[in-house]
Amino acid sequence: MTRTVLSDLSGIARLPESPPQLPAAHRFERTIEALSMLAAVLALIAAALLFAAPAQAQSASEPLAGFTTDRFPDTERTIVGLPASGLTTAPALIDALAANRLYFDANTRQVYFTNEAGAVFDARTGQAAPGVTTTGLKRVRLNNAVRRALDATRGALTLMSPDPALRKAAAESVFKSRDATALPLVETALGRETIAANKRALTEARAAIIASDSKAEEVARLEAIEVLRARGDQDASGILSGVAASGSGRIKAAAESGVAAIQGRLALWANVQNVWYGLSLGSVLLLAAIGLAITFGVMGIINMAHGEMVMIGAYTTFVVQEWIRASQPGLLNYSLFIAIPLAFLVTGAVGVLIERLVIRHLYGRPLETLLATFGISLILQQAVRTIFGANNREVSAPGFMSGSFDLGPLSIGHGRMWIIVFALMVFVALQLVLRATSFGLRMRAVTQNRRMASSMGIDTNRVDAMAFGLGSGIAGMAGVALSQIDNVSPNLGQSYIIDSFMVVVFGGVGNLWGTLLGAVTLGVANKFLEPIAGAVLGKILLLVFIILFIQKRPRGLFAQKGRAVEA
Amino acid sequence: MSFTRRILLRATGAALGGALALASTGAFAQGAGPIKVGILHSLSGTMAISETTLKDVMLMLIEEQNKKGGVLGRKLEAVVVDPASNWPLFAEKARELISKEKVAATFGCWTSVSRKSVLPVFEELNSVLFYPVQYEGEESSKNIFYTGAAPNQQAIPAVDYLMSEDGGNVKRWVLAGTDYVYPRTTNRILEAYLKSKGVAAEDIMINYTPFGHSDWQTIVSQVKAFGSAGKKTAVVSTINGDANVPFYKELGNQGVKATDIPVVAFSVGEEELAGIDTKPLIGHLAAWNYFQSIDNPINKEFIAKWRAFTKNDKRVTNDPMEAHVIGFNMWVKAVEKAGTVDSDAVIDALIGVSVPNLTGGYSTMMPNHHITKPVLIGEVQGDGQFNTVWQTSGLVVGDEWSDYLDGSKDLISDWRKPMSCGNFNVKTGKCGGAGK
Repeated sequence: MTRTVLSDLSGIARLPESPPQLPAAHRFERTIEALSMLAAVLALIAAALLFAAPAQAQSASEPLAGFTTDRFPDTERTIVGLPASGLTTAPALIDALAANRLYFDANTRQVYFTNEAGAVFDARTGQAAPGVTTTGLKRVRLNNAVRRALDATRGALTLMSPDPALRKAAAESVFKSRDATALPLVETALGRETIAANKRALTEARAAIIASDSKAEEVARLEAIEVLRARGDQDASGILSGVAASGSGRIKAAAESGVAAIQGRLALWANVQNVWYGLSLGSVLLLAAIGLAITFGVMGIINMAHGEMVMIGAYTTFVVQEWIRASQPGLLNYSLFIAIPLAFLVTGAVGVLIERLVIRHLYGRPLETLLATFGISLILQQAVRTIFGANNREVSAPGFMSGSFDLGPLSIGHGRMWIIVFALMVFVALQLVLRATSFGLRMRAVTQNRRMASSMGIDTNRVDAMAFGLGSGIAGMAGVALSQIDNVSPNLGQSYIIDSFMVVVFGGVGNLWGTLLGAVTLGVANKFLEPIAGAVLGKILLLVFIILFIQKRPRGLFAQKGRAVEA
Repeated sequence: MSFTRRILLRATGAALGGALALASTGAFAQGAGPIKVGILHSLSGTMAISETTLKDVMLMLIEEQNKKGGVLGRKLEAVVVDPASNWPLFAEKARELISKEKVAATFGCWTSVSRKSVLPVFEELNSVLFYPVQYEGEESSKNIFYTGAAPNQQAIPAVDYLMSEDGGNVKRWVLAGTDYVYPRTTNRILEAYLKSKGVAAEDIMINYTPFGHSDWQTIVSQVKAFGSAGKKTAVVSTINGDANVPFYKELGNQGVKATDIPVVAFSVGEEELAGIDTKPLIGHLAAWNYFQSIDNPINKEFIAKWRAFTKNDKRVTNDPMEAHVIGFNMWVKAVEKAGTVDSDAVIDALIGVSVPNLTGGYSTMMPNHHITKPVLIGEVQGDGQFNTVWQTSGLVVGDEWSDYLDGSKDLISDWRKPMSCGNFNVKTGKCGGAGK
């Protein structure tokens, strides 16, 4: 039960992330600006004092005492009481607590907070506290209940913030907390709001409060239920099913029909979601498999160390990020753009080395190649484990890869979206290399008829090495992308090797279009099976399907025709 | 203050014991050479990520014990083998340790399947194994000492916490796990437990994923949908090691916050979090018997020693490491008590041995070969550490046969003579066999 109230008007107008040391004149001006709402808020304070009576009894004299007991329920109560405490530092304290920067002295029962730079301030006055260091202090601890109270209180405090994004977030947090005491504030904010999106968020927040309030008027509640029904997402459905469970008569009926409408709409969207997830999984499969489509598909080498190339690419990303952190912190957002070409070069070089040292001697002996490359994969894994340790390494996501945006009820992650784009770019680039460059021409010539190509003056040895390097390099670039969504550990590659072979074989050996189509088909099929059959059974069903498919069409989706096949 | 005094007392006790032991070996004058201790942890393959650390902590403990003069006046010698995350190889390497190297005791295994693979070897050759990882229970062996948590020392208290006012009055449950024996058994116990607490079947969603599952989009969106039915929802995760990072990343991507749907994990510790940016995970939970953040002198000293030993001042500690510390100290004490490293004598001597644990109390080896531990619930912090938000008021005794499963609720295990039985049925009054 979180009840939020508000009294500190200066806190409404600004959201301080630094301790309250704003010039007095500035503060005063903002206070004046906010005075117009004083009446509404005063009523609220009275209500809050009534609600929080037991907690306030002691804290009327010492509103921060609850922070010094090191007990979560006390902390929660103190937060809820903060806006009504009359302390000008209240918003700063809320922020400090959310950032784990609120401290107390167990002996003197004094509360302090620090700013980001680590300077200590007295929590009551907001003045700097010289001579106090955090070493002798205990942190005020948080748990999820405290955090929920924080979010709700902060939501109410920032409903009228000058920053529109903050106002929207505040409306969302009120929507979630459905805190009835925030209603007058929401109404006031709604009257002043000019941005349409924020207006909608506030209307929905108001609707969420009114719909769940069993004492509200029936007409108002029915209207609120309509608003929630129009919002149409899982959260709205959750609120409505709560209303349906507790309400009766027309309210119950309206809420139930609202839930049914939302669920029907969401069921349709679930299919869109499956396609999107399938494309996303398909792009990952494509990235992992496309390098293999060259080495296995075009050159016919069963390369079990392919996954380790992916892994080395991911570790290259890690090293690049470490280097950037140590020497050029400003570049961190561009780390992936540096890592992609580097990963290509590093893994490409490793690939050429493997081809020259091992695979070259084993052409035409697939079984030995399989065993030798399997051995190489183990050696590479253990080498990486020895150099970097067995633990996962942290690769951070640059700004443009994190977060998500909403498309209807779908939330689409930026990271996943960019990986799809990247996979397509790699695919197009590879097609261009194969179709439009002389190296691509030579490579195709060698794979179609080695002896003929050789007699035409093509250095087949060199082409072999370069082609293997190309396949490995692409795997390395895939590793950069996969480092964003998977563990960067020595085992990274192992989990992709089977899937990669599956995609290449299914798509048709030797055909890049087949690999593309194979990856997307398997991805989408997997995502449609998963909700029905579960992840484990889904994967098994897919394998069974591929086995049956290969029985029917041994050469995959796109069978290569002509003499090259017999060679 | 009283603490240091207690440690001092312990130390004097140990010194006395050591002196006694010295005297007795002098009398026996048998083992002049070092006592060998086997370390059976994967140093390569999938499990190396978790097990390598345990090998290191054992080496540190042995080195330290040797500085104190060893055991029974003999030095300890670590024998390290690498079973390479390969389950049958575990059995082979165990046999090698016992028969060829003649180790007095072995510390090892992580996964349940590796433990099940070595169990018959330890029983056949009658040697001692200390197993340091939380596990599913439903097993008892004369030769295995379980220093990790049984389900009632981890899973059940975690669920109790979430059901409480403090934990958010959770009413709807997602049991998500990797598809193998530990999550399946644990979830079976939890499901029975939840139902016994009046949770309806439609409020429990059970989901299994393959090892190393990396594409969590569908499952996280299912959890989200399941959690928005108007009742407070939590996820109980028995997802194994590697699959956790993409799981938590996806939770962050889809905006599932701990304040909305908390995830309580049984296999995610400080070591696992070291590879993730934990900022989006703040507030998600883990249930263990030890956290690195526990603030007391004995833990601080241990962390300092560990960092000095690994020459890395950022190395983290975790729960299975503490289990090895407890297990090793228990073994040392039992050997000193028995005056010999002979398996039967040590197995008898181990029961009832008490040593300090790192959370500031004492852990005791019980007759069912499980130990007493406190249960802690911690919340993930932005720095990759856990902040204890709840703990049991006392120590919890590990319960090998769950009280919530039909097949096992009548069974108890007591390896003291004359019962000496791993699966005694209190209903029929018969011992079901030699233990399994």
